[in-house]
Amino acid sequence: MSLSLDDVSRIARLARIEISPAETEQTRDQLNGILAFVEQLQAVYTDGIAPMAHAVDVVQRLRPDVVTETDCREAFQTIAPETEAGLYLVPKVIE
Amino acid sequence: MINSSLKELAAALAGKKISSVELTTLFLDRIERLNPDINAFVTVDRDRTLAAARAADQKVGADRTALTGIPLAHKDIFCAAGWRTTCGSKMLANFVSPYDAHVVERLDAAGMVTLGKCNMDEFAMGSSNETSFFGPVKNPWNLACVPGGSSGGSAAAIAARLAPAATGTDTGGSIRQPAALCGLTGLKPTYGVVSRYGMIAFASSLDQGGPMAKSAEDCALLLNGMAGFDGRDSTSLERPAEDYCREIDARGSTREGDKPLQGLRIGLPKEFFGAGMDDGVRAAVEAALAEYRTLGATTVEVSLPNSGLSVPAYYVIAPAEASSNLSRFDGVRYGHRAAEYADLNEMYAKSRAEGFGVEVKRRILIGTYVLSHGYYDAYYLKAQKIRRLIAADFSAAFEACDVIMGPTAPSVAFPFGAKSDDPVQMYLSDIYTIAVNLAGLPGMSIPCGFDAGLPVGLQIIGPWFAEAKMLGVAHRYQQATDWHRRMPAGLAE
Repeated sequence: MSLSLDDVSRIARLARIEISPAETEQTRDQLNGILAFVEQLQAVYTDGIAPMAHAVDVVQRLRPDVVTETDCREAFQTIAPETEAGLYLVPKVIE
Repeated sequence: MINSSLKELAAALAGKKISSVELTTLFLDRIERLNPDINAFVTVDRDRTLAAARAADQKVGADRTALTGIPLAHKDIFCAAGWRTTCGSKMLANFVSPYDAHVVERLDAAGMVTLGKCNMDEFAMGSSNETSFFGPVKNPWNLACVPGGSSGGSAAAIAARLAPAATGTDTGGSIRQPAALCGLTGLKPTYGVVSRYGMIAFASSLDQGGPMAKSAEDCALLLNGMAGFDGRDSTSLERPAEDYCREIDARGSTREGDKPLQGLRIGLPKEFFGAGMDDGVRAAVEAALAEYRTLGATTVEVSLPNSGLSVPAYYVIAPAEASSNLSRFDGVRYGHRAAEYADLNEMYAKSRAEGFGVEVKRRILIGTYVLSHGYYDAYYLKAQKIRRLIAADFSAAFEACDVIMGPTAPSVAFPFGAKSDDPVQMYLSDIYTIAVNLAGLPGMSIPCGFDAGLPVGLQIIGPWFAEAKMLGVAHRYQQATDWHRRMPAGLAE
């Protein structure tokens, strides 16, 4: 299956990446090229095969529920685009 | 001095023949002189580096390790406190890391001196270093050719003798392919051996840090410094500490006529020796295998029937994981933020459109699509099932052999622009390396000759946790050959 221009716009919206109308066509062609390349996976018989998420079979570790982080707010906020009174600023989202 | 092994440097430092400040200054001066042509480093901080060298010179007795005072370069994917850490992206062009990656922390504690941060493909997505926001790295063997990627800056830095060693990361071949294209030794450990904490994430189930240097012996020393359990990486493996030098140190030097690798069975996957490999690469790899037979090893044909599916499976799994990992770059807490926007969504969309380069955006979009509603089973789940088939192929092959060998890359370094217009062609540069990441196995590349004046890499793949064995196997070859000592003309002291 190949992507339409509308599909590309929808995916870009989901990914929160702005794509100009001029870029949409080229992006569609390149994404379709990659999807055509990975299409060969569909022909492989994989019934009964367990998906492999990680290379080595390990179980998730648990750790004691204790505080391990120290307060680094000031250091972290010096590299933020916009802060005020210890808060990160973003455009208003609640009317 | 610039051609010395890490052991020789350590001996010179311990014997007070040179101080760390002098040694570090030698490399800083070379970086100043040669980096403008090669572009291997994106950040150098002479004062910070020399302060670390002075501190290393102060260390005495039990505070000293085999690595104390030796300078090295870090791929700019590793966060280092106080250092700008860009990951090759405009998104992080002004990001000064507030903390150290586990690897940086460990090598600092061992007394190593950070020379600077190395250029790389943006967010490690590339095989040629052409996707870096800071411009492409040039291959020191031929400045018109790519150094490979994504750890191309690390590779070029060592090849040009701007650093004795460097760190790299390998998600689909990003240590081994540039090591091959620049004539170096590089090792990607078993997944989970080196902590991913502070290593900017690309595809978390595949990413693994590792050493890059001139020889297997150097890589073993570095891996001793890098590997170890770290509770801050949920996939870090809790295993007893290993000495990765043990197979190298086990036997004395090779005397003529000795068969130091007697009994070693080398598997040659028939799928790696078919069409697709350049003749010059094939000739160098065949000659290396003949040398291994002279050293006492035997070769046996093995098969990895599903290896042809590794590149397409990778280009589902890696973009899917990348699209999730890179969602953190939103222009809120750090990184690039667009100058103008009407609302929050537009702030995200513009910041990300401006901050990411073309290849990174392409992979985020592919990943977003394959994970989107209704497509998960057809793509991501399917690719994960195929991943298990690929890993099972290796398990079966290792019943007939101890290590697997073949080419690292299908060709030597290619000219700039040769593959940059066609993503799929570029992806096929990693055709021999990607299966190793999918299976989580250790893999390395060692120099084994030249084709048209450019280095060829021999890939060595081992079973899970066979790093020490592989390093020993590589070391025996490097005792009998001198490919790893060659350096580009015109870059001498």
